Amino acid sequence: MRELVVTRHNPMIDPTLNVWGWEVPVYLFLGGLVAGMMIISGFFITRGRHRQEVCSCTVLPSLSMILLSIGILALFFDLEYKLHAWRMYATFQPASPMSWGSWILILVYPVLLATMMIRPTSWLSRGLPVLNRWSRTLNGSEHRIRMIGFANIAAGIALGLYTGVLLGALGARPLWNSPLLGLLFLVSGLSTAAAFVHLIATDAEERQLLARADNHFLSIELLVLFLFLIGLVTSTQVQIESAKLLLVGDFAPVFWVFVVGLGIIIPLIIQSLAVRHRIPHTPVAPLLVIAGGLVLRFVLVAAGQASHWTRTPGVH
Amino acid sequence: MARYGMVIDTTTCVGCMDCVVACKTENRVPEGYNRDWIAYDTGGTYPTLNMEIRSERCNHCDNPPCVYCCPCGASHIHDRGGVILVHHEKCSGCKACIAACPYDARFIHPEGYADKCTLCIHRVEQGLDPACVAVCPTRCMVFGDLDDPNSAVTRLIQSRRHHTLIPEAGTEPQIHFLT
Repeated sequence: MRELVVTRHNPMIDPTLNVWGWEVPVYLFLGGLVAGMMIISGFFITRGRHRQEVCSCTVLPSLSMILLSIGILALFFDLEYKLHAWRMYATFQPASPMSWGSWILILVYPVLLATMMIRPTSWLSRGLPVLNRWSRTLNGSEHRIRMIGFANIAAGIALGLYTGVLLGALGARPLWNSPLLGLLFLVSGLSTAAAFVHLIATDAEERQLLARADNHFLSIELLVLFLFLIGLVTSTQVQIESAKLLLVGDFAPVFWVFVVGLGIIIPLIIQSLAVRHRIPHTPVAPLLVIAGGLVLRFVLVAAGQASHWTRTPGVH
Repeated sequence: MARYGMVIDTTTCVGCMDCVVACKTENRVPEGYNRDWIAYDTGGTYPTLNMEIRSERCNHCDNPPCVYCCPCGASHIHDRGGVILVHHEKCSGCKACIAACPYDARFIHPEGYADKCTLCIHRVEQGLDPACVAVCPTRCMVFGDLDDPNSAVTRLIQSRRHHTLIPEAGTEPQIHFLT
């Protein structure tokens, strides 16, 4: 046996780490969702779909901006020294994924603004007629439009990856300490974004396209999740114990039912039938995917904080 | 270049918590928070049990993840002795350093910044021992320069069986426990 009694009882640390509550998972979810939306709209733009009369890529940049701002607000709520939030922008720390992330967020906004300029929404261009002139200039060059599309894809990949790398770089929490976490959050961001765009798309062809894409993203997400867990259970004792939290431990019911079952497998089955026209497209599958993506962030943030070196038998 | 560290003899530590009280008094650590603490680690199979009593704190690691993850440059390696410190005025309270520390040595001070053991660098710069070392009634704690081959800490490490905490985390901790 081994029993460790510690006289310390620091808030947010003891008995288990509890530094990040709802704010961080909400931000990670919205950041991933926006990352996926940027990649999708970037893909549409590079394919010239923005010229079609109906394309969700015209509303995605403004929606992305709103959702990302809500996410950043959640992150702001999480800061313990809110007056010092600007300190992140007084420096660049190359070894800190959080520093990379704060600068990536700064780069995302101009890209979204430029994308909004391609086809400014009518209420915005009525209020600011100068936007129409900028839009005409922008649309004068196909090269510029394609560059904006590629910038969306690049910024989306950076945003989606960093949210996972942020946690993955924290070696003190064995559950997070996997390079696959970045990929998992990116693919999960893509699947939730495809589901979200599927929900708001008015064009039937676009809905079909996104449902098909979402099926691919969900399949890849399942594979990455499987590899992530395999990586943990075939590693050292601390990693094995941390994987048990998800597989058979306290977080297992939520993980298996809401993340894997209702969040990935059930919507995958529903959407596979829908794209083959066996059943009609309904909002059920996309809503499940979005909820599953949110629960995934909550479960991983909570279980990661519960995973620990010293609570593993045999480790000092 | 000096490399400050500590050697703590677990065979003479009685867990009296004088070090904890001294630290809280010296550094005005707020009520309910600790920069150092006592760990009672019992292992084995009854009746052959072994208890190790350790006075623990920030390990002032040579490979400090709390410094690397800090987005504000607040967590840093001090010029003198490689001590890990926090610029309070630079900290945004993002808590990444708390999550990055495998020893759970950090906490958020009620004023909002990340706080932890400083090895009483303000005392060391005056030629004094850290408060915890200075008050220990069993003299189980020794502070000194681990780069100096003639220092008491180096001699103890060379002559006695010792271990550090979670060396497999790769942080290269600089608090050594004699067994």
